[in-house]
This record gives sequence, structure tokens and C-alpha cells, in this order.
Amino acid sequence: MAYIAKRIGMMLLALFIIILLTFVIEHSIPGGPFTSDRKVSKEVEEALEEKYHLNDPLPKQFLDYLTGILHGDFGPSYKYTGREVSEFIGEGFPLSAKLGGITVLFVLLASIPMGILAAVKNGKWQDMLVMTLATFGVTIPSFVIASILIYVFSFRLGVFPSFGLDSWKGYILPVITLGGYSLSYLARQMRSSLLEVMGMDYIRTARAKGLTEVQVIFRHALRNALIPLVTVLGPTIANLLTGSFVVEQIFALPGLGVYFVNSVSQRDYTTIMGVTIFYAAFLLAMVFLVDVFYVLIDPRIKFD
Amino acid sequence: MDPVISIENLSVSFQTGSGLVQAVRGISYKLNPGEILGIVGESGSGKSVSSMSILRLLPDTARISDESKIIFGGRNLVSISRKEMREIRGGQIAMIFQDPMSSINPLIPVGKQVGEMISQHQHEKSRGEIQKEVLELFRKVRIPEPEKRIKCYPHEFSGGMRQRVMIAMALANHPKLLIADEPTTALDVTIQDQILKQLRELRREYGTSVIFITHDLAVVAELCDRVEVMYGGLILEEAPIDELFEHPSHPYTMGLMAAIPDLERPRSLPLYPIPGSPPDMTNPPKGCPFQPRCPYARRICASRVPDFISVSEQHASRCFLLDPDAPQDEKNPFKYRKS
Repeated sequence: MAYIAKRIGMMLLALFIIILLTFVIEHSIPGGPFTSDRKVSKEVEEALEEKYHLNDPLPKQFLDYLTGILHGDFGPSYKYTGREVSEFIGEGFPLSAKLGGITVLFVLLASIPMGILAAVKNGKWQDMLVMTLATFGVTIPSFVIASILIYVFSFRLGVFPSFGLDSWKGYILPVITLGGYSLSYLARQMRSSLLEVMGMDYIRTARAKGLTEVQVIFRHALRNALIPLVTVLGPTIANLLTGSFVVEQIFALPGLGVYFVNSVSQRDYTTIMGVTIFYAAFLLAMVFLVDVFYVLIDPRIKFD
Repeated sequence: MDPVISIENLSVSFQTGSGLVQAVRGISYKLNPGEILGIVGESGSGKSVSSMSILRLLPDTARISDESKIIFGGRNLVSISRKEMREIRGGQIAMIFQDPMSSINPLIPVGKQVGEMISQHQHEKSRGEIQKEVLELFRKVRIPEPEKRIKCYPHEFSGGMRQRVMIAMALANHPKLLIADEPTTALDVTIQDQILKQLRELRREYGTSVIFITHDLAVVAELCDRVEVMYGGLILEEAPIDELFEHPSHPYTMGLMAAIPDLERPRSLPLYPIPGSPPDMTNPPKGCPFQPRCPYARRICASRVPDFISVSEQHASRCFLLDPDAPQDEKNPFKYRKS
């Protein structure tokens, strides 16, 4: 338990440093949120700075910002008057998280069996097929995959819509596009990890007990082979749940990724910072969960 | 008395990147009921490969030749179905492996791993019965506080304790035959001694016959009734333990004995390692495999593999120099044996 408390402490410290760095970087890059091609009069500029407290000393601004975050308040958007950054997150994240959650399930349910199949049929056609698919998935960028999927399934065959999430059919192409890379990566990991474990001495012991190959794989090999996979699972899940700009853009889905990229191109400073910090906190939380999960599956790792 | 197992003309080869490795080249031996048979040899002699062949635990690249026979319980283990083999594995023939640190699954409590051995072969037993038997087995192999220890994971055990877990597992179904593949090699000497003592006691109690594979002649002397000396994929000498030490009848065996350290040996006398290294088994020598390293080698030794020549009733050796017609000169180590 002391370990968990320590880990949470470390997480908060990491998060503080991330907030500090984001804040410092945002305030040190040239140009301000209200810089534009049109000349703005000095009075208007001052009034704006006054309104958003930009004329306060930086440490005070930082402290105010930090206090705001503790209350779930990431400040107002500089671009959309009257809108809060937390509103954007509140609007964009549920959609990204829902799509991401479905993708995580799809990736896990497909990659692990694919990896197992490839490892068990090592060198046979099943292995070749899985590895070829996985190589395509890792190497082809998601926007290319999306374009091909839309061309074939929406334009040619007309079976799945090319945008929107109005029915379950709408999810299929975005999920494949979003999960393609992780699916391929995890399937390859699963395969190589299981192949390595199958060569271990304790697998020979299990065979010497008279277990069937299926029993050997599911009782003895699989759990051991999953350990290296869990390591990459945390960042992967965080990555999928927080949404992808590419996928959201192509399939016209109003997720968090779209808000994030728009805020960058529009120099909406508070939104950039807010979403960055939200992403960071989410990633830290997932990595923490993975570490806890480790202890559950590997008795050699203890909370201390 | 029928032998527990008889190996007839066993040959095993491996397909590797550098060619076909002929690891075992036609060996034959028998194991009598209740006997502990030692198989001695250095790394690469084929001793482990030959023992793994019995339960067909070799990697996929290995091939047991069609002429090979491993007769156990009236069946040839080389050709029985996988299902029949699974019933024998762990049921009638059990194995203990060299490295107890890596031979037990790190993620499963040890008691459960031993219990799995029982449930796999005695389906009718309830969980409670199995638990009781596991406790009994842990007591037999002298694991202290068995009630507490069965719930532990392998990493909470020392090497010696893990090997005891392996022995408990191997004996769980009262096998007719126990194959121990260098079970003490990875352990320090005091633990090694305890494990050997344990094996002897358990043999007495369970009446299990044992094939004990080792590179250590000193261990053989302590434990075994009979010995097969292997080198270059062949058995070079076969003898009851006392005979082997009194009348070693192969230059290789003699070399092994000269290399055993002995506390009573004067310090001024050096140990005699055997010069050279074992043959390349992708291209084994045509004659006696030991001939390139043998101090007594003659021309004939390189021409063909010598047949077994009987030294006494149970003692035989593959060496041309034992032939009654061999020249009895200074370079024949066996010349004083002749009556």
C-alpha cells in the first residue's frame, strides 16, 4: 500500500512538472493569442490582456492556472469567446473514449488470438498470413488504410458509411483504421513472446507431465507470454482512448483529437495546454494501472 | 526378470544450419527393475538427447530413426500415438531436469504444479484428496512447513528446494521409471548430497527404477548400480559400478577417472584433464569417436567403430585393445589384465 501511495505521489509530481513545462513553453513562444494580421489598437490589446489576466506576473498566472486545474477548470478559450476549455474536453472526450474503448476491445480480442495462432502454427501458412497482415498494419499509415477502406467499403460496396457514428455500422471503418497499428504491433509481440516462452524449460516440464499441447499453451505458456505485452498495453490504451486526429478528421467525428489540432492551428493557448495536460494525466493513470496489473499477474513483482 | 525399459539401436539426429548433427548413433541398453543406471558423458556426448527421446521431449528439429526401439511395458515408445505417450509422461515415466530454477513455472504456486501432475493422471481424485497427497509428497521430500510452502511461488524457494519440488512432482504418480537429467548439476555440493540421499531413499520406498544422467563420475559412484559411459553418440563402456572403478576398460573411462579431484591425492600430483575436445557430430569420426584424443590409439582405431568386447559377465567395452589378439606391448593399457 505504501508503494501505491508512493506511486501516486510520483504521478502527481510528474504531472506538476508537465503542467509547469507546458505553461512555460506556451508563454515563451513568440506571438500572443491575440496576434493577428489585422492591427489591433493598443487599448483593445490592453483590455484583452486585462480580461484574461495576462498582465499579471507570470508566477501568479501559473498559480491561478494550477488552482483552476485542481477545480477542473482549464480556463477560458482564447478563440471562442464565452467557451471554457473544460467544455471542449467534455464534448470531445466521450466520443473519442467510446470509439477508443471499442477499438481497445477489438485490438485485444483480435491481436492476442492472432499472435497465438501465428506462434502455434510457426512457419505454416497461418503464421505467414498473420505476419503479412501485421506487417502491412505496422507500415501503412492510418490515413492510407482509411482511404482504402472508404473506397472499397463505402464507395464501391456501399456497406459501411464513410462518416458519422449514427449506427453500429459507422464504427467499423474508424475502429479498423484506429486500431490497425496497435493490432498489428500487439499480434507480432504476442507471437514472438509466446514463441520465446514455448522454448522455456518449464514448458518442457509441463509436457513431461502428460499435458496436451492446448493445456500447455493455455495453462502454462499464455500467462508468461502476456507479461511483456502488458508493458505496451498502458500507452496503447491511453493512445487509443484519447482519440486520433487523423481518424476523427477523415471520418468527420467531433472527438478530442479534432479540438486539439484545431486549437494548435488557431493558437488557442489555453485549449492546447488543457488538452495536453489532460492527455498527460490520462497516460500517467494508464501506466499506473498497468503497473498494478503487473503485480496481479506476476507473483515475482511485489508492491515495494 | 524382464527389464523395465530396453533401448535398442537408438539413433537421434538434428537438422541444424550447419548440417545434420548425429547426436546419438545407435545405442542399446536395458534397465532392470529397482536399478539405478548411470549414464555418464561430457556435454555433447548424446546422454541428454538419448534420455529426452524416451518421452519424446526433443525439439521439432530432432528425428529419431525408424530402426530405433524403446520398449517399455511391451510397447515401442518411438511409434506409439501422442495420446498414448501423454498417458506415459508423468504417469509411468517421470522426469527431473537439470536446472530447477527454470524448470518450474514462475507464475503458478508450487503446490498447484505438483497437484496438476496428480489430477492429470488420476481424474477421479477430488481437490481435497489431491491437496492431501501433495502435502504428503512435500513431507516425503523434506520440504519444511509444507502447509505453508505449497502456496508459495517458485521464486520464494532456493534451488535445492525447487529440485525437491521437482522430485515430489516426478514421484506423484508412483512412476515405474524416473529419468533424472543432471538433477544436481546446478546445485552446490552440500545440497547435491542431500538430493542424492533423497533419491536413494525414495527409490527404496517406491521401488522406482532410475536412469541418472550426469557428467560427474563421483556422483555416479555414490548413487548408481550400473553405468553406461557415453561419448560421441555411442556407449563406449558398460559395467556395474564397482567393476567400472576397479577395472575401467576403456581409455576414455580411464581418462575421466584420472580427472576426478581427490582430497587424498598428494598435492604434487596434478589432475590430468583429457587433452583435445569432443568430436564434431555433424561429421563424426569414422572409427572410435575417442580415437583422436586417445593416448593409446592405433591405426585400426580410426578405421571403424570397435564392437563391444566382454570384460566380464556384465561388463563390456568398445576398445580394440581388449581383443585377445591385440599386441600386448607397452602401449596397451590392458596388458596386465591377461591371466
